[in-house]
Amino acid sequence: MKQMTKAAFLIATLGISACTNADRFDNVTPTDANSGFGQPSGVDSLALDPANNPTSLQYFSQTIGDRVLFTVDTSSLTAAGRSTLDGQATWLLTNSDYLAVVEGHADEQGTREYNLALGARRANAVREYLISRGVPSNRLRTVSYGKERPTEICSEEACYAKNRRAVTIISAGALS
Amino acid sequence: MTRVLTCLMVGVLTLGVLIAQGARAQPLSITITDGVIEPLPFAVPSFQAENQSAAQVAADLSRVIAEDLTGTGLFRQILASAFISQISAFSAPIQFADWRAINTQALVTGVVSVNGDQLTVKFRLYDVFSGAELGAGQQLAGTVSGWRRMAHKVSDQVYSRITGEGGYFDSRVVFVSETGPKNDRRKRLAIMDYDGANVQFLTDSASIVLAPRFSPNGDRVLYTSYETGFPRINILDVASVGRQQLATADGEMAFSPRFSRDGRQVIYSIANGGNTDIYRSDLASGSNARLTSAPSIETAPSFSPDGSQIVFESDRSGTQQLYIMSASGGEPRRISFGDGRYGTPVWSPRGDLVAFTKQNAGRFHIGVMRTDGSEERLLTASFLDEGPTWSPNGRVIMFTRETQGADGAPALYSVDITGRNLKRVTTSNAASDPSWGPLQR
Repeated sequence: MKQMTKAAFLIATLGISACTNADRFDNVTPTDANSGFGQPSGVDSLALDPANNPTSLQYFSQTIGDRVLFTVDTSSLTAAGRSTLDGQATWLLTNSDYLAVVEGHADEQGTREYNLALGARRANAVREYLISRGVPSNRLRTVSYGKERPTEICSEEACYAKNRRAVTIISAGALS
Repeated sequence: MTRVLTCLMVGVLTLGVLIAQGARAQPLSITITDGVIEPLPFAVPSFQAENQSAAQVAADLSRVIAEDLTGTGLFRQILASAFISQISAFSAPIQFADWRAINTQALVTGVVSVNGDQLTVKFRLYDVFSGAELGAGQQLAGTVSGWRRMAHKVSDQVYSRITGEGGYFDSRVVFVSETGPKNDRRKRLAIMDYDGANVQFLTDSASIVLAPRFSPNGDRVLYTSYETGFPRINILDVASVGRQQLATADGEMAFSPRFSRDGRQVIYSIANGGNTDIYRSDLASGSNARLTSAPSIETAPSFSPDGSQIVFESDRSGTQQLYIMSASGGEPRRISFGDGRYGTPVWSPRGDLVAFTKQNAGRFHIGVMRTDGSEERLLTASFLDEGPTWSPNGRVIMFTRETQGADGAPALYSVDITGRNLKRVTTSNAASDPSWGPLQR
């Protein structure tokens, strides 16, 4: 069953990739031909939308999703979180030159030290899951920011839910 | 008269509660208890200036002394507009009847001289109702730039002679100064006088700094820094502002450091593989020992004053609670059993109490309990209070209070361990994570 799910997910991912790849050149934005070097060249330069390029960092962070969310005071992965991490694992296995740092975060409802430790638990839960999906452990580091780096600033559950997160940050670099 | 003075001086030396041998039976003293007390009325007529260049500093000194005393909540200032007689000269006899008439109980007089950058301050404390000095007059000498410290030293003497307890005014606080919006906070280590004056920055805001902790004699500061990209413990020399990374046990993250009372050891947390435990580092040898080995979170350790025990928080029961273990590790005993979650315990300087942060029913509290967990008292309540630190004399707790919402920001507050006299400590920027240093020499 797990294999089936994974296969289905891969097919789905490839399918999306195929579609979006086909769309790529329809989404280009011509830049202002008069900008830049003064002389109009008569040639429009074209910017690709990197979120549609499956080897791009934007694809990782936006299309797959670079983060998973947690419920209050837990570090258990949700079904949605595991699905996102399956996509992250696939990307990391495909793009094997990249390293990743998993950042664990907490919402502001907690003491500073405890939230650091809780963020470490969350980051580690993601790291362990990615390793279980075949990502070599030496490509994955963890760090916790506790409650130091919220993305949302309100003091309500709507914000807290987004701040209780683990974010996988991709970085280029040789394996140590 | 000589006999009375001798008696008083012995009283000062032993820091006992003084009994003035005057006509009045009631001595000038405040016994700090849990009950509501009527603040003791005092007057600090502007100190005499012995020369023209001392005029400003004489006025400033008197003002800061009055602020120190009033700020405790134990004293009430009688303003100069109510004075009947003036102090014409430091050595002139005091017209006690004039001070009694306006219900002044303690009178502080002083004289200031400035020579170049040298400042000399003399002061006397009088028990107005007994018509006698309380303790011997004193002379302090230093530089003009250190005038606030001299004022605090006078205040410490007055406080200590009247309450029988050590003072806390000539002390400093290391903390985190914060600027910027909530989702892009910039944090810098800073140091200031206990009352928020003389702020100096110890680091820039290039990387996150958290939870500085003073060494027992105030010469060094431990803190958590992200300058390597990962949380590591730095040890900073206050005088030179030089810093180096503490050689901790191996781990992905090191944080939550605190000194032992002799300043030779550091206890801290390491997170590895998502699990946080407590370790101890011996600064001289660089050796590290692991003190806890549980799959739960063990963090926020604090030594007992005698160094034999450590209080810390753990969620081994399912929620954050407080535990005490031997300084060498071993089986801890739980001390917190009330509703809610307990964290950031800090052992009091006298050894009898543990201050903590409590989270219950959506509110945060600063509280104290005895070391066996009994007599829990919550001193504050707000959206977010955390991280208590003790005044040098163990009478006052400073902590972080953060306000709610998108514009929420932290500030420093202090409160008596009786729960009275809650007030904000003025800082120009938002501020968090105070650590109160010792009385300065």
